[in-house]
Amino acid sequence: MSEEKRIRERDVIIETISRLMIPFIQLFALYVIIHGTKGPGGGFQGGVIFASSFVLYLVVFGLAAAGKRFPEGADTALMSTGVYIFAGVGLLCILVTLGTAEYLNYGFIPLTHHFEENRALGMDLVEIGIGITVMAVITEIFFNLVWKKEEEKGKGKEEQR
Amino acid sequence: MLIVEQFPVLVVAISLLSAFTILVAGLVNKKSCCFISIATILVQLVMAFYILNHVLTEGTIHYWLGGWKPPWGIEYVVDALNAYVLVIVLFIALICAIYSKRSIEHELPHKLVSFYTVYQLLITGMCGVTVTGDMFNMYVFLEIMCIAGYALIASSKIGLKAGFTYLVMGSIGACFVLLGIGFLYSVTGSLNMHDLSLLLPPLYGNRVVQAAFVFFFTGLGIKMAFFPLHTWQPDAYAYAPSAVSVIIAAAMSKVSIYAFLRVLFSVYTAEFIRIYAPLTTVISWLAAIAIIFGSVYALAQYNLKRMFAYSSVAHVGYIMLAVGICTSTTLGLTPAVMHLLNHAVMKGCLFLIAGAFIYKRAELWDIMKFPGLGRKMPYTGIAFIFTALAMCDIPPSAGFVTILYLILAFLEAGQFIFAAVILFSVIVTFFYFFHVVEMMYLRVGVEEEIEKERGEIPMSMLIPVFLLAALCWITGVIWLMKIPFPILDAVNSMFGLGVVP
Repeated sequence: MSEEKRIRERDVIIETISRLMIPFIQLFALYVIIHGTKGPGGGFQGGVIFASSFVLYLVVFGLAAAGKRFPEGADTALMSTGVYIFAGVGLLCILVTLGTAEYLNYGFIPLTHHFEENRALGMDLVEIGIGITVMAVITEIFFNLVWKKEEEKGKGKEEQR
Repeated sequence: MLIVEQFPVLVVAISLLSAFTILVAGLVNKKSCCFISIATILVQLVMAFYILNHVLTEGTIHYWLGGWKPPWGIEYVVDALNAYVLVIVLFIALICAIYSKRSIEHELPHKLVSFYTVYQLLITGMCGVTVTGDMFNMYVFLEIMCIAGYALIASSKIGLKAGFTYLVMGSIGACFVLLGIGFLYSVTGSLNMHDLSLLLPPLYGNRVVQAAFVFFFTGLGIKMAFFPLHTWQPDAYAYAPSAVSVIIAAAMSKVSIYAFLRVLFSVYTAEFIRIYAPLTTVISWLAAIAIIFGSVYALAQYNLKRMFAYSSVAHVGYIMLAVGICTSTTLGLTPAVMHLLNHAVMKGCLFLIAGAFIYKRAELWDIMKFPGLGRKMPYTGIAFIFTALAMCDIPPSAGFVTILYLILAFLEAGQFIFAAVILFSVIVTFFYFFHVVEMMYLRVGVEEEIEKERGEIPMSMLIPVFLLAALCWITGVIWLMKIPFPILDAVNSMFGLGVVP
């Protein structure tokens, strides 16, 4: 393949269609995350679907554009945020009841008046946390793979010259 | 519920939170990572001491995660053995974190943030394996621990191949453990350790249960570098960054051994071992070969860290030999549990010192380059001599106490050949340490090397070295004064050992 052909050509059809699809993929991901406690799905699956929308964006629009939309610092922060939500909700159970309830015993979080409803809501919160972390990690992994490859290509070119 | 009873889960949760706090803090300030790590481990260590105190005075802690009753929910159980291992692990981790500040800045200056994040995750995994009372939970934490370990070993450039070998071997080991858990689950339908120990006795004749035991033995044998499965270990210990060598040699292998003890005595019971007596024979003989093999190979090494690594193979052999003999003496598990602490302290100190040499000059992994070193680094040299003497089992050091109790156990069980193996190992140990000391102090180097240029390591590295070198002897005295014996008695009575039928 010659040098010119390697430069990415903008394809109107692909760009338009993926621009239409990405919001729906993300909406579906949110649906899967929220319904994880009541049906098939959950935080992990939803997070992967959410990350796949970013992967699609990267494939279609290139690394530079994707890097602007989703900077690495934000990625790291989101990764931690998910874990904070997951472990934080668990710790909240201990803190709210001053050490009488167990870790992860969501029923004691004072969200509503019903023990069982609290428990369900706590699970939802945790699923959201898992979703955020998985989304950030999968995106990060994909970005790193692409990044590494482009760097190596750049090095190869320099050596050839 | 007392607040102390919350500590087992807090030890794990705080560590996990801290790992990701380090990741975020690293975006702002790279220097803060180390201090966050040290502070977290300090808090964990204090909690571990409270747990140990509570367990010894009040009894075992049972903690139901999320309020779900076992065997349906995950249960954390902390008894004397758990709490004891937890204190060892966190103490070594604290020493290593203090030491790593300068050492990692020197060795991996661009990876500070990721190093401390993964380091904290490693500690999360180790604490998790230690406190849990659920088989599958144990597997998950074992994997967290080992994956963090692979990443840490591979973080130095020369460690890449060693890290990959360990990754392959460790994954095979993890597969075996998972298969074993799956087999037990298919037969009993339970994953809770205590529940399994109640359900299993009628099924001891079942082939599936026996196969599961073999899987556990092989899988955890790989993780702890037991003799024929140790092949990943020397490279991994030798080529990892020096702080990482300390934590994986001193703490991680202990956690794997602890996991094996837990499976052997809490899931399968001492009764299982008594029924299948050849089991202990196999373990004992493998351990005896491990001791001879490790000692002889250590004698042949020119790379200081590799030498210590082979010495670790021998010392895992010591512990497993004590496990193999445990049903036929009144001492029970005493020597094995004792050596968990003694070996952690001694081998931790040796790897700290090996790292200190490498910190000073990168080529000082080679024993042949050592002449004149004793004059250049006098304090580290003195610490090395004291630790080496403890390793050579001079009374009243920590090594001596282990040997004393091991030989007492062998004499009582009438296994004189194992006593001979131990004595052989002690003599060989003396030779290989004498070789290093001779190189450091007695050989005269090349002319320009002789001129005195004192170059000691920084204070934050020297203090951990001295602390552990002193502890090598203090621990021995404490054991001889029988202060921590309530722990050992609790362990033996819990597992139904220490009585000869």
